[in-house]
This record gives sequence, structure tokens and C-alpha cells, in this order.
Amino acid sequence: MLTLKCPCCGVTAEETEFAPGGEAHLTRFGPGTDDQAFADYLFARKNPRGVHFERWRHAFGCGKWFHAARCTATLEVFGTYTAQTSTPPEELVAKIKAKRPDWEGFA
Amino acid sequence: MRNRLPSGGSLIDRSTPVSFTFNGKEMKGHKGDTLASALLANGQTMVGRSFKYHRPRGVMASGAEEPNALVNLGEGARFEPNQRATTTEVFDGLTATSQNHWPSLEFDIGALNNKLPRFFPAGFYYKTFMKPRWAWKHLFEPVIRQSAGLGRAPEEQDVDRYEYFYVYVDVLVVGGGMAGLAAAREAASAGAKTLLLEQTEHLGGRLSVDDALIDGKPSGEWISQTTADLGAMENLTIRTRTMGSGVFDHGYAMGYERLTDHAPDTRGPRHRLWRIRAKRIITATGAIERPLAFAGNDIPGVMLASAARDYASLYGVGVGKRTVVVANNDDAYRTAITLKEAGLEVPAILDARPTADGPLPVQARNLGIRVETGTGIAKVKGYKSVVAVAICDQSGDGAILETIPCDAVAMSGGWSPVVHLWSHCGGKLNWDAENAMFAPDPNRPPTGADGQGFVITAGTESGDLATAPALQNAVDAGRQASREAGFTPVERDAPLVIANDEAPMLPVWSMPEQAPNKLRAKSWLDFQNDVKVSDVALAAQEGYVSVEHTKRYTTLGMATDQGKLSNINGLAVLADSLNAPIPQVGTTTFRPPYTPISLGSIAGEARGTLFKPTRKSPIDAWHDKNHAVWEPVADWRRPYTYRRDGETTQQAVTREINNTRTGVSVLDASTLGKILVKGPDAAKFLDLVYTNMMSTLKPGKCRYGLMCTENGFLFDDGVVARLSEDEFLCHTTSGGSDRVHGWMEEWLQTEWWDLKVYTANVTEQYAQIAIVGPDARKLLEKLGGMDVSSGALPFMSFVEGELAGIKARPFRISFSGELSYEIAVPAAQGQAFWDKVLQAGEEFGIMPYGTEALHVMRAEKGFIMIGDETDGTVIPQDLNLGWAVSKKKEDFIGKRAFERDFLQRADRKQLVGLLTENPQEVLPDGAHAVEDGKNRYGQANMIGHVTSTYFSPTLGHSIAMALIKGGSGRMGEVLEFPLAGGKVIKATVVDPVFYDKEGARQNV
Amino acid sequence: MSNAISILNGASSSDAVKITDSGLRGMITLRGDLDSAQLKSAVSAAVGSDIPAQRKITHGPMGGVAWMSPDELLLLVAYDQADAITAQISEALGAEHHMAVNVSDARAIFRIEGQGAREVLAKGAPIDLSPEAFGIGDFRRTRVGQLAAAFWMTQTDMFELICFRSVGEFMFDWLTNAARDGSLPEYF
Repeated sequence: MLTLKCPCCGVTAEETEFAPGGEAHLTRFGPGTDDQAFADYLFARKNPRGVHFERWRHAFGCGKWFHAARCTATLEVFGTYTAQTSTPPEELVAKIKAKRPDWEGFA
Repeated sequence: MRNRLPSGGSLIDRSTPVSFTFNGKEMKGHKGDTLASALLANGQTMVGRSFKYHRPRGVMASGAEEPNALVNLGEGARFEPNQRATTTEVFDGLTATSQNHWPSLEFDIGALNNKLPRFFPAGFYYKTFMKPRWAWKHLFEPVIRQSAGLGRAPEEQDVDRYEYFYVYVDVLVVGGGMAGLAAAREAASAGAKTLLLEQTEHLGGRLSVDDALIDGKPSGEWISQTTADLGAMENLTIRTRTMGSGVFDHGYAMGYERLTDHAPDTRGPRHRLWRIRAKRIITATGAIERPLAFAGNDIPGVMLASAARDYASLYGVGVGKRTVVVANNDDAYRTAITLKEAGLEVPAILDARPTADGPLPVQARNLGIRVETGTGIAKVKGYKSVVAVAICDQSGDGAILETIPCDAVAMSGGWSPVVHLWSHCGGKLNWDAENAMFAPDPNRPPTGADGQGFVITAGTESGDLATAPALQNAVDAGRQASREAGFTPVERDAPLVIANDEAPMLPVWSMPEQAPNKLRAKSWLDFQNDVKVSDVALAAQEGYVSVEHTKRYTTLGMATDQGKLSNINGLAVLADSLNAPIPQVGTTTFRPPYTPISLGSIAGEARGTLFKPTRKSPIDAWHDKNHAVWEPVADWRRPYTYRRDGETTQQAVTREINNTRTGVSVLDASTLGKILVKGPDAAKFLDLVYTNMMSTLKPGKCRYGLMCTENGFLFDDGVVARLSEDEFLCHTTSGGSDRVHGWMEEWLQTEWWDLKVYTANVTEQYAQIAIVGPDARKLLEKLGGMDVSSGALPFMSFVEGELAGIKARPFRISFSGELSYEIAVPAAQGQAFWDKVLQAGEEFGIMPYGTEALHVMRAEKGFIMIGDETDGTVIPQDLNLGWAVSKKKEDFIGKRAFERDFLQRADRKQLVGLLTENPQEVLPDGAHAVEDGKNRYGQANMIGHVTSTYFSPTLGHSIAMALIKGGSGRMGEVLEFPLAGGKVIKATVVDPVFYDKEGARQNV
Repeated sequence: MSNAISILNGASSSDAVKITDSGLRGMITLRGDLDSAQLKSAVSAAVGSDIPAQRKITHGPMGGVAWMSPDELLLLVAYDQADAITAQISEALGAEHHMAVNVSDARAIFRIEGQGAREVLAKGAPIDLSPEAFGIGDFRRTRVGQLAAAFWMTQTDMFELICFRSVGEFMFDWLTNAARDGSLPEYF
């Protein structure tokens, strides 16, 4: 069971306080967009063995959504950050890169 | 107590006798005894029957690793099977019975299996019961189930209580032996908040048995001194009778505290499951002795050498009058010495090694004990107890050199570190060839949230079995843990240990080395599951190369002991059979819990009324008093109907419907979700969330709205009221309030965070009471306080004010098709308002109605119900709700999905009404409509199914709603619904609005 | 509002730790920009207290203010004042984007008092409740058993806890069960 630090209320809590929200930083495809792009937005998800960006909600706490960068193999949490962004913070990306030199980077 | 020694037994209190029964026989023990030591003291060497062959079995060990001595404990509501006698503290009135035998322990019919062991080799079940296929289910399995399994399941409900407890510490130490005590002292002296768990009642571990001089103190004195030191430290807590049962991700560990097992009549919970988060976890779980695999090593009286020593020195019990010691290491000599010094006979020590000249063997010889090196046991003679051992050359094939009469055998195949907790969360192991064991690799620990290792091993578990290096290792572990948890260890001298040196052990996997199959088939590896050397060899021969597969095929290392004694021996035999090195074969996975924990402790307090929260409306108590038949609606309970004396449920529902359609009735609709949405962008946001246009709604007005997912699938509906220019109140389904509120917040926080909108879930702020029926307005007028005329409060609008002196907000909305007001009042006054409504309504014949009447009436009107007409694949257009899907809006959640081909197909299932041929016949819910022909799988050609179905008292006719392929184009068609048993119901497709199509009744 | 009743109408149970339905309490959810001067002064006018820091609760002469999330406070006031104070805050904030809503009736509030109060909560809340980690002034939203809840300490060995009204009865039963004689771990 993971522990995560909620960047919104600053508390480090255990997983049972949180609700997972799947892959982070999806781009929404709305009316008029290409069928394939829309289908990918709905259904295609990354499933990496390694660095992954995810959405979590502090469901039993402050109720806010946030993002986490986590290694799916070791469960190491590289960092958590605001949900109001479409890309992870640069410092975090650099930190992950330093820890996981083979990582292809955020795409 | 014929095997109780005249003296000794550091854990028992000879002045306090206890009485207990075993298989109904009264026995005596002392306070401090385990059930195992007490049974042995009473001469009860046979304590159970084995799993497969029903062979007589005795106590093998003295701790949690015990595979044989599993008993049923307690009776009735306190009955529990498969309890280890070695970890059960005996108390006055304890009742235990042995397991796995019929009709009795002494005489067991199942032991017939033992006469036919060649019919039960590895994989016996897989091979034997293959054909004929039907026979497995009807013949083989029922018979096998009769005799399989360990203990039997309890039959009564458990009367005990259980609970959880959450704690956060800097350092958790698992194990209260020498290493645990030393490590905890280091961690706590550095200032770390430290918690030490010890599974038994006593601290000290094996050090309480084995002499050593630590910092000038004999072991016993060192233990009490250290314990006293620790007790004085405020930042350190010691919990005995608490097993560290598992290590999980991110420093999470589980402690299993047994509070009343030894004193069942004490108040308070029986078990407490500690849920611990630690910055660092020190596992100081020690090592477990391995058995030796020789023929007859399972006969009662054969036990681990360390156990024989424990029983003598901790409990003052001689496990035999004449004990032969058989070993491949020096440590077992301690047992011989202990027994001899206790006045018992040790006719011989059989040492598999070619020489034995260390201090311990010398000491043994000096005591006059015969030591035979290069020697092993060819076989143990006896059946229900040991009679003698036949000895042989270890290097040979078992040719008998001599037979030594004895009544006990103490065996030692060396020691294995208890690496379970280290391994639970991914700690890796190294093979230590010298000691023939797997030991934790400190460079590959389990890692935590920060990517750093969070488990540190201490003491013999780390791999050095001698006292001095083990203690130093524990001190280092304590210091490392405190440092890594952010503290500075206190400088002090390294501990000074004086203990006997030990010569290296010799790996012995089969005794004798060249044992023929005849002996191997009687050489047990796994006592609990009856797996022998020959079984593992056979598995290898049959092509099993993976240790995990071999485990499942032979059952080696399964069940409650999880192979604590058998793992290493088993995989060594497998490696030998495969001609592969042991580390290459590897180990099976160690999974928590370390030993089984009670189901009660896992459930915690969640049982009975505390099993699952039930949400209750503010008027719940009234419903309960007034004969509500309850129905669960999401997490709520709601009255399904109110059944009067002499009524059937159906009659009650009919009465409620008729009263509503002709007079006035009242419904507790408090469970409806209510979400407040406010802000300059509230209207814009709701336009995105709902399929229809909400921005055009005028303040004071209501509009029915639909919500879809991005897939276009309908997931919630309800009436939206615009409270003011920038404030809306969105009603949701009863089950949907949290989901919809979460959904709105998700979009606001993660996609449209530029919108200035706040939401609040105010569902429970209000009791919502629906007053429904032609007389509803008259009743409201009587309640008084506001103008409720159709001019002041027209259909699909609301006002705010007071009714009957209570602050109220009536909405003119209707889910029944009748004149209807849903009145929101503060929840704390919900009951008061309900009472006033009933009182005022008396003259109009008011009665409450439940959810079933509500459902029937909405179906009569063709109104959909989320979860009945929708199933997560239905779009609004399927339900003839296309009118509520805006064509004007540029975007809303789900709009893009409606552009997809398959959501526009004409043959999608569409909502229709059904009238059965026989008006009295009600279609079953979910019944399928079929057409001629077959589908592509050769099955009946299903074209849709019934989604709602009732008998309508209003129409005097059965009505149903269904989703039928291309249904809108099938009006007037007669469909067939075949039921189980061959019956077919015919129904005509009609418009789903059955009653008052114009809506005249609700709009008055 | 004499006919308004709290979830258990003030009931209490007294075992190792005493559990009491605290009765009706005014509660106002206030969402807005917590850094705004207008909001600060509106809160101060309402309860006489400053806005609490993250995960804290402050108290003034007219009530308390708890930090719920980065854009949400919970004001604790007299029950019969809640509507008036809600209106007063909204008026004070005027056009500034905010939401003030009376949620007094949506909640149940309990008092947990006695030595071991911490331990009662630690049987269900997966957080660090040791005196070093949680003290007077702290406010925590978490779960207690299966229920969402928030609690804070009013004095040594005394907590107040809020949860949704619909599960108030369950919460009371849960707390009472956890507070039974002979069941305290005596750890903290």
C-alpha cells in the first residue's frame, strides 16, 4: 500500500485515503476531432513498466486532484504536483531522468 | 506429568497448576506451558494424524514453524481449527482436540492410505481422477472432500471481538530475541520512536536457551537487564504476543496481537491487527532449524534438536527418556548436553560429518556421550512412537550398522534464517554455500516510496548464526535504521560476546546419501502435506524444473506452515534431482502473513451492524416504526412500501399507488442527490456537463437534465433548478450524488480549471418530501405560509419561503405524472415537517408511499430510471431523450461520442413499451425478446430485453419497458419472450408512455 | 427551530472513553480565495478569528474556522446563527467569486472524551495520532473505519468529530464500539 504526499493539503497519507484516476496528462478530444484521436483519448492508455504519470484524488482528505510520478515496477514515487497543468514540472522530469537514465522522458 | 523433569523450566511456574483437556482427557500443566509442552509433559507424544496418509504425528518444533501439532481449540462459538499447539499458551479450562482422523486419534481408518503409499505419489489427484470426465464432479470430488483438508470449519458465529490499530513509528523491530532487543536499544537510544514486536509472551528468543556471556553477563541476566533498559525508554514500546506478520509497500507492516487467546474470558478484543507505518523496519526474526530427511523422520518422538532442548530448558519437559541426537552441525550438541545435564539418557550423537572436534563435541564427549561421526540414521523404528534407530554410514546406502533403542530422536540439519519478512516486499536473497542456506542480500532490500531500502535485517536472520557476529550485526542494524530515519546513533563500545566456537556444518539433504527409494519414500520433507523425498524426485523425473511448479504439483511447502521446515530441504532435493545448483533452482515466493492470522482480525470491527455503513434519511426512524419494508438504494435504505396488517407487499404497493393517483400521498425523497454549483461560470460549466442547455434556464425555474460520460453513455439524470443568475441546484439520482459531485469536481480541477465555479454536495442538508396527488395543493395550502397556486408556483418552478412554520423550498416537479411538490426543508427539521404533513393530510386520506409505488408510477409515465433503462452502454437517443441533447451547444461531455458511427446506427436497441397479450401476466425483469433464426453463434436470435416491468394498478394491465433493436420502428409488432421451462410470453410493442400522454395531470 | 433535532438528539455512551452527540452546530462551507483580504475580514467578522493555516483550526469568540482544502473553510458557529452568518458573509464578499452555504443539517458532530480518545480514533483513522504528531489546533480530514470524517482536539483528551448526517448513527455505533472498556491499546 502506497503512501503519497498530497500537494494540495501537504499531508503524506496512505493509499486508503486516495482514489486513483488513471493516466495523467491526457489531451481531451472534443467535437469535430478525428475518430482515431478520439478513440485513443477514450481508450488507449500507457502501461509502462517504469516511470508513469498518474492522477490521484485525495478522496478522504481535502478532496483535491493531483498528479503523481511513480515507478510502476518499484513503486518509487518521484514526486506529486498540481493537477492544473498539462505537463509535469521540469524539475521533476530532471529528477526522474537523473534516477532513471534509461527513461525516454515525458512524451 | 510423567515427562516433567524434577527441575528446570525457566518459563513455567510450578506453583501454579492448570487443567486442560485433550480429546476429552483431563490433563495438568503449569502456568507458562504451551499446549505442546504440556502435552509432552503428560506423555502425549502423538498429537495428530498427517494430511494424506493419516500417519501418527507428534510435536516437531517448539515455535511458529510447527507443522504437525495442529489442533482444534475451544468449543462452540470459540471453536477454531488448525491452531499450533506450540504457540498456544495453556490456561485453565483449555479444550483441545486433535485433527485429521476418524474415528479417533488412536485408531484411524484413513491410515489405510498409509498402507498404499505408492498409490499416492506426487500428482496423484491430477493423474488418477482424469476420466471419465463426469465422475470428477459427481463421484471423486465429493468423496475426496470428505477426507481432505486439515481442521474442520467452525459452525457457530464467533463471539469474540477484533479490531485494528494504526500507528506510525520511526523504527519497527520485529522479533524480541537477542538481536531485536539490541537493535531496538540502538534505535531508541538515538531518539527514534521505536516499536518492538515479539510473537511469544517472552523476550529473549533462543538466547534464553543458549548460554553466552555478553558484556560480562550470562545470557539470562543480559536479557533481563536489556529488557529493563528498554522498558525505561519513553520512545520505545514493546508488545509481546504480537507477531510481525507481514511487510508491505512503503514501510507498511502488520502486527498480529493476540490479547485473550491465553485468557478467553478477559474483556476486550481477542486479536488486534496493528497497521504500522515505519520509516525503517528491522527484522530480527532469527533462524529456524531444518529437519533431516531420513526414513521414519515423521514418527512421533522425532523432533528438531532445538525443540528438544527448548522443552527441557524452558518448560522442564523431557521429550524422551533416551534421546538419540542426529545432526550435521555443532549446535545440536547443545541439545545432547542439555538433556544429559537434565539427567536424561543420550545413547548417541550421530554426526553426519567425518569429524567433530569443536568445543561443543568435546564437551559432549567429556560428559560421556557417545559420538559417532560419518554416521546417520538408516531408519527410525516404531509407528506411533519411536522404539529405536537403525544407524548407518552417511555415505552409504543405508546398510544397518547397529540398532539403538531409544524413545526420542533430536535431529538437526542446520539452520535457515527466517527471511520471510525480508522477502515479503521484494528483498532478495543470496545462497550461502558454507551454511547451506539462503540469507538476505543487504544490497538488494525492499525499497520504499523514496526508492531507498526500508528493511534491515538483524542478528542470525542476516546470515551469521554465531552469537558474537549476530549481536554485532543487530547493533549495526539498529544504528543504521535510526540514522536512516533521521537520528544520530549514540556512540558506545561494541558488545563483547563470549560463546563457544562452532565448526562448519555439512549440507545433508538425504540420509544416508545413497538412500534407495524404499527409504526415500519414508523420508519426509514436508510433514504437514505429506511430501517425501521420493515425491520431489518423481516430480523432477516427470519434467518439473521450476520450484514454483513443483510446489503446486507435490504440495511441498503449502498450507498453514508455508514450508518453514521443508523449503530448503525440498528445493535441495529438487536441485539434486535436476543436477542443478541450489541457487539456480531458487526458492518459492514468501508471502504474508508469516503464520496464519485469524479471519476475525482481518475483518476487524466490521461485522454485524458495523459491517457496512447504511445511510439513513432524517425520517428513517419513523419509517422503521411504521412498518417500512426496506430496500437498499445505493448505500441508503429506503422504504419499499409500508405494509399494513394483513396486507401482502403487492397489495400495499397497489394501495399506495391508488391513493396517490386519486388523493394525496407523501414520499421521503431525501436521498436524492443535491449539488450546489455557483460562480460566474456556473451556467457555462453546466452546459458542458449536461447534454441539454442549462444556461438558458431562468432563475426560479427547473429543467430536467441528462449527464453523459465522454463515451456518450447516459450516467445520471435529474432536475436542475436555477437559484439565481450564478447559482444552480442540481438534483441527481439517490445513488449518484457522490459520483456526480466527484465528476463535476474532477472536470473543474483537472480540465476546465480556468472556470470560476464552486460546487458543494448539499444532499444531506435537506430532507426532501414529495407531496403527490390531485389533493397535493390543498394540503400545501393547509400547511400554510406561502402561495402555492399554479400562478405563483407553476409546473417546473420553485419558490422559497415557509411552510407550516418551517423554512422550505418547494419544487413543482413530478416523477409520478401527478400534481406534485418536492419540498426541501432543513434535515434537522425533516421529521417535524413530515409529522406536520401527515397531520394536515389526515383529512385528505394521506398515506406514505415507498420506492416501489414510485417506480410503478414513473413506469406508467414512461419515465426512465438510471440503472434500469441504462446500463452504461445506453445513450439518451436510445431512450427517446434526443430532445434533451442539445444541437446548439458547441461542446458538452459526450457530444463528440455521438458523432461515432455505431452510436448513430438505426438498429441500436431503443426504448419501447410492452403490453403483454395476457394483461394479468407480468414479464420477468430482464426477459429476452427473440426473433426467428439464429445468431452467429448458433444461439437464439436475441433482439433485446425487458428493463422495467410491473403490474399497473392504474391501467389494470401489466406494463413493461424494454430495449429492443430498432424498437422505434417496431410499433405494433408482437414480440416473443421465451422463459425458462419453455413458456413464451407475447407482448405488443407500444409507446412507452402508458398513462396521461399529454401530461395534463401534473400540469394543473 | 425548537423542532430541529441532531442525529442522536444528544445521546451519549460512556465506557473507556465517552462518546456524545454534540447536538446541533452551525456549519458553513465557505469556498473562495483564502488569500483574499475581503474573505479574511468576512471570516473575522463572522467568528472573530483569523483564517487557519493548512490543516489547522482556529477559534474566535463566535466560533471556529477549519481549513478544509486550499479553497475551502468550514465555519463552526451557533446553529441558529448559521443562516444569518452565511448571508452576512455573502454580502461582505459581494461580487468576489465565492460560495457560502449553510451545511449545519448535513452533518453529525460527536465529542470523544477521556484518556484514550486518541486510541479510539486510531482504531479507524489511518493516520499518526500520537501526541507528537497531532495536537490542539490540528484539523484532519480522513476516514474513520469506512466513513469520511474530520476531527480536531478541543482540549487534552477531547476530540470533536464531524461526518455526514446520514451515517451519523453508524459513526456513533462505531465510536462506541471502539471505546469499549478493556479495549484500549494503551499505546500513546
